[in-house]
Amino acid sequence: MTDPAYYGRPILKPPVWKREIGWYLFTGGLAGASATMSAIARASGNPVLARRTALVATAAVNVSPALLVKDLGRPERFLNMMRVFKPSSPMNLGSWVLLASGAATTSAAALDLAGVAPRLRTGLGVAAGLAGVPLSVYTAVLLSDTANPAWHEARHELPFLFAAGAAAGAGAAGVLTTPAEHAGPARRAMLLGTVGSQLAETVMERRIGGVAEAYTSGAAGGYRRAARILDGAGLALSLVPGRRLRRLGAALVLAGAVATRFSVFKAGFQAAEDPRYVLDLQRSGPAAGSSQPVSQPAKRESPKMSLQSD
Amino acid sequence: MTSVRTEAWPESYGDEAQPRMGFFTDTSVCIGCKACEVACKEWNLVPEDGLVWSGESFDNTSELGANSWRHVAFVEQTTALRVDGDGARDDDPFRWLMSSDVCKHCTESACLNVCPTGAIFRTELGTVVVQEDVCNGCGYCVPACPFGVLDRRELPADDRGGRPDGRVWKCTLCYDRTREGMTPACAQACPTESIQYGPLDELRERAAGRLDKVVADGFAGARLYGDDPADGVGGFGAFFLLLDEPETYGLPPAPRDSTRDLGGMWRAAAAAGAALVAGLGAAFLTGRDGAAR
Repeated sequence: MTDPAYYGRPILKPPVWKREIGWYLFTGGLAGASATMSAIARASGNPVLARRTALVATAAVNVSPALLVKDLGRPERFLNMMRVFKPSSPMNLGSWVLLASGAATTSAAALDLAGVAPRLRTGLGVAAGLAGVPLSVYTAVLLSDTANPAWHEARHELPFLFAAGAAAGAGAAGVLTTPAEHAGPARRAMLLGTVGSQLAETVMERRIGGVAEAYTSGAAGGYRRAARILDGAGLALSLVPGRRLRRLGAALVLAGAVATRFSVFKAGFQAAEDPRYVLDLQRSGPAAGSSQPVSQPAKRESPKMSLQSD
Repeated sequence: MTSVRTEAWPESYGDEAQPRMGFFTDTSVCIGCKACEVACKEWNLVPEDGLVWSGESFDNTSELGANSWRHVAFVEQTTALRVDGDGARDDDPFRWLMSSDVCKHCTESACLNVCPTGAIFRTELGTVVVQEDVCNGCGYCVPACPFGVLDRRELPADDRGGRPDGRVWKCTLCYDRTREGMTPACAQACPTESIQYGPLDELRERAAGRLDKVVADGFAGARLYGDDPADGVGGFGAFFLLLDEPETYGLPPAPRDSTRDLGGMWRAAAAAGAALVAGLGAAFLTGRDGAAR
C-alpha cells in the first residue's frame, strides 16, 4: 500500500452508523427473503411453511424500523424520510420499500392468524413477497452508493452477497420455526443461500483487488472468519440425519448470516480510517474519477510522500 | 453530465436562478493565519469542539467536520521553495505549504444526491446547503462525500437539554450572507485574498491566469484542483490552486460522485433479486422431503 498522505489522516469520514445498522442489514434481508419464501410456499401449497415464514418476516420487518430510527441523530424526525420520493437516494427508496413491505407483511400475517378475508390475505401475501425482493438487496446498493472504497468497489458483488445471505437466513429461520416435514424447501433455500453467500464473497474479494484487505483484516476479518466457520459447520450439520443436529445447523447458519453482514459493515469503517485505500485506488486509476474495478492488487510502490516533493 | 454549469440550475429555479457563485482558494498566497477558520466559527455560530495540540505542524484543527467548516492545512517540506528561483540554490531547502480547505460545493454532489430527506439542497447560487430544520441525522451523506467533509455533530445542542445535536453540518458558503449579495465570512476575513469569492466562471478565468503566473515564477508542482468540469464530480464550486499533489494536503486525487454508478448498482441489484427469486423457487421444485408438490 502507498504511504498515507497528510499525517496519515483519513481522507474520508468513517460512517457514523452504530451497531443497529449492522443488525438491520441482517433483519432487512431476513424479512425480505422470508416474505418472498412465504409467498412461494403459499403458491406451492405449503401453508404451514407459508405461515411460519410469514411470522418470521413480520417479526423482522417490524424490528427493522426500530433499529433504523434508533440510529438516527434525530429519531423524532424519522418521518422526514417520507417527506420526499427521491430516486437518487437508495436510503429514501429503501424507506418506502420497508414501509410497503412492513404494511403488507404485517397485515397479511394478522389476517392469516385471525383466519379472515383469505383473498385479501393472499393478495397482501403476494405483495409482501414482491416487496421482499428489493428489501433483501437494496441495502447493498445503499452501501455501494458512497465514496467508501470497501463498499463502492464491491458494488457489483454486494447485492449477490446480500441476496444469498438473505436466502440463507430466511431458510435457516424457516427450518428453526417449521416442523421438519414441511420445512424441506426452507432447508434447501438455506443450503443454496449459504453456498451462494460464500461464493459471492469469494468472487467479490477477488474482483476488488487490494480493497479486499478491508474485508479480511481487523474486526471485519474476524466476522468473516466467524461467518465461514459458522456457515461450514452449519452446512455440515444440516446434511447429517437427525432433527436436532439439523436445527443446530440452521442456528449456526443464521448466526453466520449475521456475521457476514457485520463483516461488510465493519469493512466500511476500516476502509475509511486508512487513507491508503483511497490513495491506492485513485492514484492507480487510469484517469481521474475512473470507476474501473482494480484488476490487480493495488499494492504498488509509489513515490514516497515524504518531505521531498519535486 | 460533463457540460460546464456556471449557471446555477436554471432548470429548477427558473427566473430566480443566479450566476453560480463559488470560492477560488489560491493557496500560493495563504499565510496560515486561520482568520478564515475564526471568521467562519464566529459568523456561523459553529461551536467550540476542543483545543487539542496535534503535533502536526501548526494544524490543530486537523480536518473538516461538523464543527470545522474551514480547515487550514500545514505541510512542512524540505524542498526548495521554487525550483528555478533563488530557493533552488539554498543549502537548507524548506518550504511550508498552507491551504484553507472547505466544502467543495460539487457540481454533482453525492451528499445531495443520497440525502433521503431532501435536507441537502442546491441554492439559487448553485451552492450546496444542509437545512438544519429538516436533517434527521441519518448519516448517509457522511460516507457518501468523497472529500470527508460532512459529519454528524455529537456536541450537545442548546435546545435539547444536553443531548447530542445529532444533525449533519457543513459549510453553507454563508448562504445567509451570499443570498443578500454579501461575501462569505472567510473570504471577507482573508487578509491575503487567498480565499476569493465570486461568480464561478470569473474565478476559473482568474485562476487559469494565476496558475500561469505561479508556474512561470518557478513553482513546478503548482496545479489547479477542482476547476475541471470533466472531473468525477463535474467540477467544484470551491476549487483550489495547489503547489503540490492534492494528497499532500489530505485531498483525494480523483474524487467521484458515486451516484454516477447508481444505474449499474441497481442493475446488479436487479440481477441479484432475480437470482434470489430463482433460488427460492428452485428450493420448492424438488420436493423430495417437502410438503405438497
